[in-house]
Amino acid sequence: MTNHKRFWKRERAAYRVLIVICAAVLVVAIIGVYFADKSDEEYVAVSEEDPNRIENGIHLRTGLVEAEGLMETVTNCTSCHSAKLLTQNRLSKEGWVSAIRWMQETQNLWDLGDNEEIIVNYLAKNYPPESKGRRENIKKINWYELQ
Amino acid sequence: MAAMAAAIGTDIVNGSLMPSAYQPLALQQADPFKLFNKDSEMTVLNDKPWNIEAKAHLLNDAVTPNEYMFIRNNGLIPQNIDSSAWELTIDGESASNKKTYSLDDLKSRFQQYTYQLTLECGGNGRSEFNPPAKGNQWTIGAVSCANWTGVRLGDVLRDAGIKEDAVYIGYHAADVHLSRDPSKEPISRGVPIKKALQDETLLAFKMNGDDIPLAHGYPLRLVAGGWPASASGKWVNRISIRNKEHDGAKMGGTSYRVPCEPVAPGAKVEDKDMCIITAMPVKSLITFPKSGAVIKKGKTLTIGGHAWAGELEVNEVKYSVDFGSSWVSCQLSKPTNRLAWQHFSAAIPLDATGYYEIWAKAIDSEGKAQPMVLPGWNPKGYLNNACHRIAIKVV
Repeated sequence: MTNHKRFWKRERAAYRVLIVICAAVLVVAIIGVYFADKSDEEYVAVSEEDPNRIENGIHLRTGLVEAEGLMETVTNCTSCHSAKLLTQNRLSKEGWVSAIRWMQETQNLWDLGDNEEIIVNYLAKNYPPESKGRRENIKKINWYELQ
Repeated sequence: MAAMAAAIGTDIVNGSLMPSAYQPLALQQADPFKLFNKDSEMTVLNDKPWNIEAKAHLLNDAVTPNEYMFIRNNGLIPQNIDSSAWELTIDGESASNKKTYSLDDLKSRFQQYTYQLTLECGGNGRSEFNPPAKGNQWTIGAVSCANWTGVRLGDVLRDAGIKEDAVYIGYHAADVHLSRDPSKEPISRGVPIKKALQDETLLAFKMNGDDIPLAHGYPLRLVAGGWPASASGKWVNRISIRNKEHDGAKMGGTSYRVPCEPVAPGAKVEDKDMCIITAMPVKSLITFPKSGAVIKKGKTLTIGGHAWAGELEVNEVKYSVDFGSSWVSCQLSKPTNRLAWQHFSAAIPLDATGYYEIWAKAIDSEGKAQPMVLPGWNPKGYLNNACHRIAIKVV
């Protein structure tokens, strides 16, 4: 075999390896694009619905009332516990502050800085105590016929 | 993480601390009724942590099945429990020896007992207090009485050895603090040594004959009937015999404590003036019929329900159809065992049309009765044992 022929044979082998590598990269790329597409679709599906959509004055995802301080409250008050802990309670400004202090002392709640006043005002304004007296009337009665 | 934040619409605070496999609750589509095998009529008060209560008419069974049993959590329910590797350690200043038991050790080395035990959340009825108290706004459904099977805590404590200076036990468990800080316990309460050594105080591994459901403490739960249910630690892996009042999470401040002396509604109470709740007060629940029944004039209305009294027995249950002006005695069963709730029933003639409320009032063996209005106000709204009322119309 001449040097010339040997060179071409080596060259062809090198090309073959190159083609295999290219094909492999292509396959991986196609798979990658396929999955990227899929996750894109999923992402679109999630963001189609605005996570902070508000309907009839209610922030749908948390059930909190739309008012000044809503997003500060959502961000700081619903990462450890559910917003249901807010919406089911009715407290004065002092009561909400004491809840915050208790969480800072025992539950790892961070210093809320300037947001504290915004949050406390939001909660005290939208979730204030209602006077219930010593015993309320029986509420929400669903009448039904007893056989 | 960025995609999660985008989906939630806000930065995830402390997101770097969040385990990668963890899905924030906002993204979970968990159906609590399927997740915990609960009836769809149960009320979800809170989904992080999970707190779910029953309605009065759901609690009509003599022995509460899982589907109607309330769930109270202070932290996050532990995941991936391997019961074959579960260990219970007895330690503490007043334990003669530190000893560790596997579940098999407990089951094979100690005699097993089954008791019906009433567990009521200390905050059951909180929603009625005025001024309102903070926390989950339980109405009337945070109570149950199931069959619990296990070994006596006292037998296990004695096996490890109890020093003479023991005054209290405190439990430690596998649940996770809401902040996910591993150095913090969501709750670590306990009972005085005397209560710990009662025959009915169990280290239970079965509820109603099956493995305890995860939400109720699988694989091992301390059950101290008649006391606030928070004394009955779930997922228990360590019990400390203490030479002083246990000082774990939620033993101090306003947690499960009430003013030592009665205070005016809304009063500020210093920590030093608060006392730990011991036995729950006398109470009853009309579980049949469901409130809102419309019945025909001249018919007899049969009512039924349960009554319980902390460490005591219920001596009598009375009903009133005239807003407490007159009272009539109900039939009342004896408890199956100490600390089990009792069942009452009555046949009520209703001869005139109109709106009625049926009130039930239980009286304990020391003569204490349920109040008609709210009992003493306390900062966290515990121990509301005001009489239960249902609405009835006769047409």
